[in-house]
Amino acid sequence: MAKWIEQCGPDKDIIISSRIRVARNLDEFPFPVALTKAKSKAVFESVTNAINESVLTHDFEGVLLQEVDPLERQVLVEKHLISPNLAQNYEKGAAFLNKDESISIMINEEDHIRIQCLLPGFQLDEAWDMAEKMDDILEEHVKYAFDEKLGYLTSCPTNIGTGIRASVMIHLPALTMTGYMNRILQAASQIGLAVRGIYGEGTEFIGNVFQISNQLTLGRSEKDIIGNLKDVTRQIIQKERDARSTLLSNNGVQLEDKIYRSFGILSHARILTSQECMKLLSDVRLGIDTGILKDIYVDNMNEIMVMMQPAYLQKIARKSLSSQERDIRRASLVREKLGNKKEDE
Amino acid sequence: MVCEKCNKRPATVHVTKILNDKKTELYLCEQCAKQSEQIPFETSFSINNFLTGILDSIQDSAIKVDYIKTTKCDHCGMTYGKFKQLGRLGCVQCYHAFEEKLTTLIKRIQGNESHIGKIPKRAGGSIRIRNEIKELKSRLDKAIKTEAFEEAVVLRDKIRERENQLNGNNEEVM
Repeated sequence: MAKWIEQCGPDKDIIISSRIRVARNLDEFPFPVALTKAKSKAVFESVTNAINESVLTHDFEGVLLQEVDPLERQVLVEKHLISPNLAQNYEKGAAFLNKDESISIMINEEDHIRIQCLLPGFQLDEAWDMAEKMDDILEEHVKYAFDEKLGYLTSCPTNIGTGIRASVMIHLPALTMTGYMNRILQAASQIGLAVRGIYGEGTEFIGNVFQISNQLTLGRSEKDIIGNLKDVTRQIIQKERDARSTLLSNNGVQLEDKIYRSFGILSHARILTSQECMKLLSDVRLGIDTGILKDIYVDNMNEIMVMMQPAYLQKIARKSLSSQERDIRRASLVREKLGNKKEDE
Repeated sequence: MVCEKCNKRPATVHVTKILNDKKTELYLCEQCAKQSEQIPFETSFSINNFLTGILDSIQDSAIKVDYIKTTKCDHCGMTYGKFKQLGRLGCVQCYHAFEEKLTTLIKRIQGNESHIGKIPKRAGGSIRIRNEIKELKSRLDKAIKTEAFEEAVVLRDKIRERENQLNGNNEEVM
C-alpha cells in the first residue's frame, strides 16, 4: 500500500494527505498534446535514462501504461498515484513509482514530467523537499523548457512559472454539517486557492473530503505558494476543530446518534454503493477522530477508503465485477474491516 | 445598428470571418448569431473553454466572435483556433507564436507576468552568464565611447571568457 494510505501523519484527524506536484517539460519535444506515439516513447526513454544514470536507479520502477492491465491502471488512480487524465490517455503515458509509493512521476500527462510527492497528514514542506530533490536529480540529465521571464514552460498557461501545485486532502465533516463550507469555498477562491473533489479537477465532493490547492503558479516563489496554502489550511483545521467541539457540546447526542447509525449500517449492510459508503465512512471517521467510537476496533480508515473503490475491489476479487456484485463485495469488505477480526489478504 | 439578418433587433454581435484570405464582417443580434450555422457556439463548458474564453473577452467589445484561427505555430503546427479549443499549447515555441494573446491572458489568469522562484541549475546557469555578458557589453560600449581603452581591453577579455564558458556549458548540455 502507498505510504499516505498506510501510515499516519501530523494532524491526521483532519488532514488525510499532503501533495506537491511539479510540472516540467523537456526542451526538445513538443508538449504531450502535440506528441506522436513514437516521440512520447522517446520522452519516456529520456526520463528512464535520467533515472538510470542517477542515484535513483534502484528506487524507481517505470512502466508504460499501455502495458499495464486496465484494472491496475484504475487502481493507480484510486490510490492517487496517477491522474484520471493519464489513465485515460494511457497510450502515450507512463509512470515511475518509488517503493513506498510516496513519489510518482507521471510521463506525458498534460506535461512531459509531473513529479508528485504524496505524504500522509499535514506535511507540505516535507513533500516539497522531496519534490525539489527529485527535480534537481532529473535536471542533471535532461534539459528542461525554461524561459527567463515565464519560468518553467507548461502546456497550459495556468501552470506556468513554478509549475507547482500544492494540495491537501482534508476531511471537513463538522464544517459541512454546520453549513460553513460554502463560506470557506468562497474565501479560499478569493485568495487564490481552489477547492475541488478528491480526484482533482472536475470531480465532485464525496464524503466531506476536499482537496485544497493553489491556483496561481507565476510571480511568487515555491515557498510563498506553499506557505500561503499552509497558513490557510491551518486556519481551516482550527475552524473544523472548533466546529467539532461545538457540535459535541451543543448537539452531542445527535452527533453520537448519527455516527452510531452510520457505523451500524456499515457494519451490517449487505449491499453498499460507493457513494453511500463514502458518506457513511465520513461519519465513522469523525466518530473515531472525536473519540465517540472509542470502544470499536476500526482498521485503517484510509485503507478502507481506497480498497472499497471499484477497481480495487475487482483487483482483490481477481476478476471483473458488475456494479451489483461490487456493491455486495464492498459491503462484505467494510464489514470485515470494521469488525473485530482482522483477516489478511 | 440593426441586425443584418433579421433587420429587427439591434445588432450586438460583431462577427469577423477570415476564410482563404477573404474577410467577411457581419453585425448580428445575439439570437441570429446563435442560429447561424456558420458560428459554432460551444456548448460544453470545461475548464479549458473557460480559460480560452478569456482570450476573446480580452478584446474590446463585449461579445465578439473572432475567427483569426489560422495563425499557426511553425514549430509544432498548432493553430490558434486549436489552442482555443484545447486550452493547451503544443510546444515551447507556441509561447512566441501566440505571444501577443498569451501575454494578456497570462497576466489575467496569473495576476503576474514574470517568474519568481526556482531557476533550474543548468538552464539557469546560462541565464545568469547571459545576463552578465549583456551587462559587460554595455560597459564596453561606454568605455569605448569615453575612450577608456585600457578598461575596454579588460572588459573584452572578460566577455570572451564568459562566452567561452557559455559555449562550454552548452556542449555539456548536449
